[in-house]
Amino acid sequence: MKKKIILEGLDCANCAAKIENDINKLTGVESASINLMTTKLTIEAEDDKMQDVIETARKIVNKYEPDVIFKTA
Amino acid sequence: MKKLIYRLIISALFFVSGFIAEGEVLKWILFLISYVLAGGDVVKRAIRNIFRGNVFDENFLMAIASIGAFLINEAPEGVAVMLFYQVGEAFQAYAVGESRKSIANLMNIRPDYANVKVGEELVKKDPDDVMVGDIIVIKPGEKVPLDGKVTEGVSLLDTSALTGESVPREVIAGSDILSGFINVNGLITVEVTKEFGESTVSKILDLVENASSKKSKSERFITKFARYYTPAVVIIAAILAIVPPLIIEGEIFKDWIYRSLSFLVVSCPCALVISVPLSFFGGIGGSSKKGILVKGSNYLEALAQAETVVFDKTGTLTKGVFNVREVNAKDISEDELLKYAAYAENYSNHPISLSLKRAYNKEIVNDIIKDVEEIPGHGVSAVVGGKKILAGNEKLMVKENIGFSKENISGTVVHVAIDGDYAGYILIADEVKEDSAAAIKKLKELKIKQTIMLTGDNKQIGEETAKELGIDKVYTELLPVDKVEKIEEIIYNNKGKVAYVGDGINDAPVLARADIGIAMGGLGSDAAIEAADIVIMTDEPSKIATAINISKKTLRIATQNIVFAIGIKAFILLLSAAGYASMWAAVFADVGVTFIAVLNSFRALNVKNI
Repeated sequence: MKKKIILEGLDCANCAAKIENDINKLTGVESASINLMTTKLTIEAEDDKMQDVIETARKIVNKYEPDVIFKTA
Repeated sequence: MKKLIYRLIISALFFVSGFIAEGEVLKWILFLISYVLAGGDVVKRAIRNIFRGNVFDENFLMAIASIGAFLINEAPEGVAVMLFYQVGEAFQAYAVGESRKSIANLMNIRPDYANVKVGEELVKKDPDDVMVGDIIVIKPGEKVPLDGKVTEGVSLLDTSALTGESVPREVIAGSDILSGFINVNGLITVEVTKEFGESTVSKILDLVENASSKKSKSERFITKFARYYTPAVVIIAAILAIVPPLIIEGEIFKDWIYRSLSFLVVSCPCALVISVPLSFFGGIGGSSKKGILVKGSNYLEALAQAETVVFDKTGTLTKGVFNVREVNAKDISEDELLKYAAYAENYSNHPISLSLKRAYNKEIVNDIIKDVEEIPGHGVSAVVGGKKILAGNEKLMVKENIGFSKENISGTVVHVAIDGDYAGYILIADEVKEDSAAAIKKLKELKIKQTIMLTGDNKQIGEETAKELGIDKVYTELLPVDKVEKIEEIIYNNKGKVAYVGDGINDAPVLARADIGIAMGGLGSDAAIEAADIVIMTDEPSKIATAINISKKTLRIATQNIVFAIGIKAFILLLSAAGYASMWAAVFADVGVTFIAVLNSFRALNVKNI
C-alpha cells in the first residue's frame, strides 16, 4: 500500500535525500520518495509492516530534521 | 524566517563594528556577540544532533570550522563562516519557498465548492460530495468544480490554467466542460458527468504533485555525490590538520589547521543538492505554464535527448474530422453538385454524409427528396427535385453503368450522377492541423534527426500527408498492435531517445512503450493522462517543439549548476590545501556558489520566449 506523509517545514534538499535514503533501507519498504517541492513523503510498503515503517520513518525524520512536523493524513 | 533575517542583520552590524573597533579585547567581544547571534542555534543543533547519532551533518561541520577559527585566533573568519553560511541557508529556504509559490499558483485551480441545485435551491457543497448526475450552477468568476455537460446558459471560459491558451472558450448548452476552467461572464447550469476524484482537475493536481518524485539522472547523481562528498572532504580535512605538520619539518599546526578548516567550510553540498532539483522543478513549472504537463524530471531529461520523434497521424497531426476538401463538378456549378449530394445523403448519419451537409451549409428542403434508397457498400440513390441522383463510390458508378474518369487521389471520393450522366466528384478527407507543418519544421531546427509517422490509413493517404508535412518516414496500414512492434523496431534501431506522440485514445500501449510518450489534446482524456509521460493539453503539435526547447534549457541549467558548483568547490579545495586560499575564499565557494546556482536555476521557470 501507499501512504503519503506531509513533512511540514522541510527545506533542506540534502536532509531530504538522507531521509529518503534511510527510509528506503527499512525492511518492508518497497519505495520511498520525498518531493521537496510539495514536502510530501510517499512510502510504498507491505500492508502489515506499514505501521512500523511509519513509526520508524517518524524517528528518522526527527533525527535529521527535528524542526519538521510529521503529518500523516 | 523574518526573525532569522533580523538576527543576521544585527549580527552583521556587530561583525563590521568588530573590524572598526580598537583594542584586541573589544574586537574579540564584538566578534563573539556577532557569532552567537548568527550561529548560536547552529552550534546548539550540532550538539543536539550528536546525541541523536547524526554526527556529520552540516551544523556540526560549520560549528567545527567556525569554533576552530576562533581557537587559532582567526575570529573574523570564524564569524564570517557562520554568518554567510546562515545567509546561504536563508536564501535557499527563500528559493524553495518561491518555487513552491509557483506551484501553489497552479494549485489554485482546485475548486473550493460547488453550487448544487437541490429542488429550487442552490446549496454550496464540497466538490467531493457531489454525485454524477447532480445539477450544478456556475456563476461568473467561479471555477468549474467538476467535469460535466452544460444544460443551460452561454458563457466564455478561461482555460488558461490548464491549457496555457489565452483565448477564452465559448460554451453553449450541450458543450462539455472541464473542471479547472474559470467561468468568465455568463451563468451556466451543468450536469455533472464525473465525480471529483475522477475529474480533470483532480487528475492534473495529482499529476503535478507527484511530478518531481520521479527523479532525473542528474538529480540522482547529485544526491549520490553528496553522500560521498561530505565524508571525503571531512576525512581529508582531518588528515590535512594532523599529518603534514608531523612529517614535514618546519611546518606548524596552526597553518595546517587553518587549511583544514577551509576544507570544512566547503564540505557542505547544499548548493548542489538544492540547485539541481530546483532547475528541474522550474522546467516542469514553466512547461505547465505553456499547457504542457510533465510527469517527472526524468522525462524532461529524456526529452532533451530525444533524436527521433514518431507521430500518430489521425487526431495528432490531422484533425481527425472529415471535411469536404475538393468539389470537382462537370457541366454544373460546384454549389449545385454539393447541393445534390447533400440532398441525396440527407437521411444518412454517416460521417461522410454529415461532412457533405456541413459543407453545403444551407437549409435542406425535405419535400423535394423522394425515393431514397441506400445501397449498402455503394452509396445512395434518390430523386431530388425530379432528378434522379446517384451519390456513392466507384462501385456504384460501375454498377449503374455510368462513365466516369478514375481519379488518382487520396481520400474518400463521392461520385455524383444526375439522371444517368456523370456530374463530378466530391473529395472528402481528414484535414491536417494548421500548425502541423510548422511543428515538423521546428523539430528539424531543434536537431531532431528523424521524424516518422505511423498510421492505420492506406498507403496513398499516409504518404501524401507525410510529404505535405515534410516527415522523413512513414509506415502505413498499421493495426494498433503493429504500431507497438514498429515503435520497438525504431527504438532498437536508434541510439538516441525516441518520443512518440499520439492522441492517447487507442495508442496507450505505444505511448507506454516509447522512451517518452507524449499525449496530445490530453484535456479530458483520462487514458491519455494515465498512459503518457508528457501531456500536451491543447491540440497543437507545435507544443512538442516548445516542450523540447524547455527540456533542453532546463537540462542545460542543471548541468551548468553541477559543473560550476563542483568546479569551484574543487578549485578552492586545491587552493586551500596548498595554502593559497583563505577561509574567505572558502566562504565564497560555499555561499556564493549557492547564490549563483539557485539564481541560475530560477531561469528554468522563465518560458516567456520559448
